[in-house]
Amino acid sequence: MVNRLRRTLILAAPAALALRPFASVAQSPLRIEITQGVVQPMPFAAPVFVADTPMAADLAQRITQVVIDDLTGTGLFREIPSSAHIGRITNFDAPVQFSDWKAIGAQALVTGAVGVTGDRARVRFRLWDVFAQTGLGEGLRFQGPASSWRRLGHKVADQIYMRLTGEGGYFDSKVAYVAESGPKASRQKRIAVMDYDGANAVAVTDGSALVVTPRLSIKARRILYTSYEQGAPKIFIMNVDGGGRRVLDKTAAMSFAPHFSADGSRVVYSVSEGTGSDLYVTGTDSGAPARLTRTASIDTAPSFSPDGSRICFESDRSGNQQIYVMPAGGGEPKRISFGEGRYATPVWSPRGDMIAFTKIVGGRFHIGVMRVDGSGEQLLTASYIDEGPTWAPNGRVLMFFRESPGESGGPRIHSVDITGRNLREVPTAGFASDPSWSGLLE
Amino acid sequence: MKEKMRGGILSGGLLAAALALAGCAGEPISVPTSPDAGYNGLGGAGGAGGLGLDGVSGGALGGGTLPGTSISDRVFFTVDQSTLSAEAIGTLNQQIGWLTQNQGQITIEGHADERGTRDYNFQLGSARASAVRNYMVSQGIPDSRISIITFGRERPVATCAEESCFARNRRAVTVVARPGA
Repeated sequence: MVNRLRRTLILAAPAALALRPFASVAQSPLRIEITQGVVQPMPFAAPVFVADTPMAADLAQRITQVVIDDLTGTGLFREIPSSAHIGRITNFDAPVQFSDWKAIGAQALVTGAVGVTGDRARVRFRLWDVFAQTGLGEGLRFQGPASSWRRLGHKVADQIYMRLTGEGGYFDSKVAYVAESGPKASRQKRIAVMDYDGANAVAVTDGSALVVTPRLSIKARRILYTSYEQGAPKIFIMNVDGGGRRVLDKTAAMSFAPHFSADGSRVVYSVSEGTGSDLYVTGTDSGAPARLTRTASIDTAPSFSPDGSRICFESDRSGNQQIYVMPAGGGEPKRISFGEGRYATPVWSPRGDMIAFTKIVGGRFHIGVMRVDGSGEQLLTASYIDEGPTWAPNGRVLMFFRESPGESGGPRIHSVDITGRNLREVPTAGFASDPSWSGLLE
Repeated sequence: MKEKMRGGILSGGLLAAALALAGCAGEPISVPTSPDAGYNGLGGAGGAGGLGLDGVSGGALGGGTLPGTSISDRVFFTVDQSTLSAEAIGTLNQQIGWLTQNQGQITIEGHADERGTRDYNFQLGSARASAVRNYMVSQGIPDSRISIITFGRERPVATCAEESCFARNRRAVTVVARPGA
């Protein structure tokens, strides 16, 4: 499905962008106010995008709502609802009456227009600094299949987020996860893929075999996962539509916990070897598996640094689970976690600056982050089970799963800022676990 | 009054610093512990596809038995451990006695409770199954008769959020292939 989108959706490629320069780049644009340690969300208005063509009104409404939901979902922005608006935007190219938007307290204003031609949609937008009465960056235009209207909205929101925060966006992205159903003692699990906000969820495997821990490639084209399809757990690789499925390492009796390198060319994973497990790396499409560790301990949950030069993983070689970093080609691991409790599932930020992890201490599970040298540890969440963090494309947000206890309990995917703010549940049809976030789509 | 805009577009570093100032780290999210949901039956089959046994209580912690016997089909482990207790060895000695009298392949399924991470618990289950296999081999059962498989924490037999349930899930189950299977 994603592949089909890729072929037909002309989005961020420079040629597809119609740059509409404004008179000047804003001199004194917006910033997000911080008061007493609490981020005050920046108020913005996004009046319904103008319909450029007669049939576009409904699509314009829906795309506008995606933009609003993306921005408010970050916790950094607060929408001033249309019921409070004084001004109306009826012509995308007419001058903006800034006083109308200033009067309702909007600091940022998003204007847009949507046109539909056949089965293709086009969205144009501008971002305005209301108080400075200037445009923030240039106007942009995206186009693609009308059926991909949510992606068009995400593209617009990513641009707005980027201009207002200085950070990369993360809305136009995919998440692979495990969709769970049935009783706890015999749970049925399927690999599924959804948009970052839970929309467009599609099951990729049929539920006939127990499957866990899907890992989506950065470009959202391929999925690594562990399946009981052949009896014992083995790592499989498949295309995001389920095609091309095969066992990754045919020599390992039991393999699990895979991760792609950022460029998708390598996979690091663990192989069960009796009482312990060791780490291996292999080419995604060719090449023999190479052993990276050889211990009697449990070495598992490896993940690459974004430049591919290092691997972080967990090992109980010191007595209990701790996080280690080693060269990607093997070598002496260096322990980086030293706090109380057990540290697990380390994953390297796409920015390279932090490692997120699961921590078990005092009978509770936490999601936390630390710098790659182990300093600056910060726990972001706590519950009965909070596990398996995965990074947003911009390295500022994490998804993980939170599992409620007991017979009727089960997991749900949540997201949280790396500051511990803005904890949210990602809506899924049923229980959902093991999220894996792609990079920004192209 | 004309309100002046302040500063420039917040740089990544500034945003990071600003958000770090917010610093609401570790805000506890309360999830109440559910009341004891009770035992979910007696455990029954270990869960390997097509190899399961009908569950008959085989001890204080429940579980099935080897075919046509009262010998427990499973041994239990303490938290985060894969070493065999004296009680486990006693059970395995009975199993080994039966295995020497009966032909056929067996699969040792290793399981873990839900108080460890998924990846780690896969290997913990494997280590438990390996410990049973290694003991059986040391007592003369041919290695070639024994397969091991880990289910990690994926197939609990007891689902309450209490130690009474966790203890039943930290197990290695000896599954005998049905004749003709």
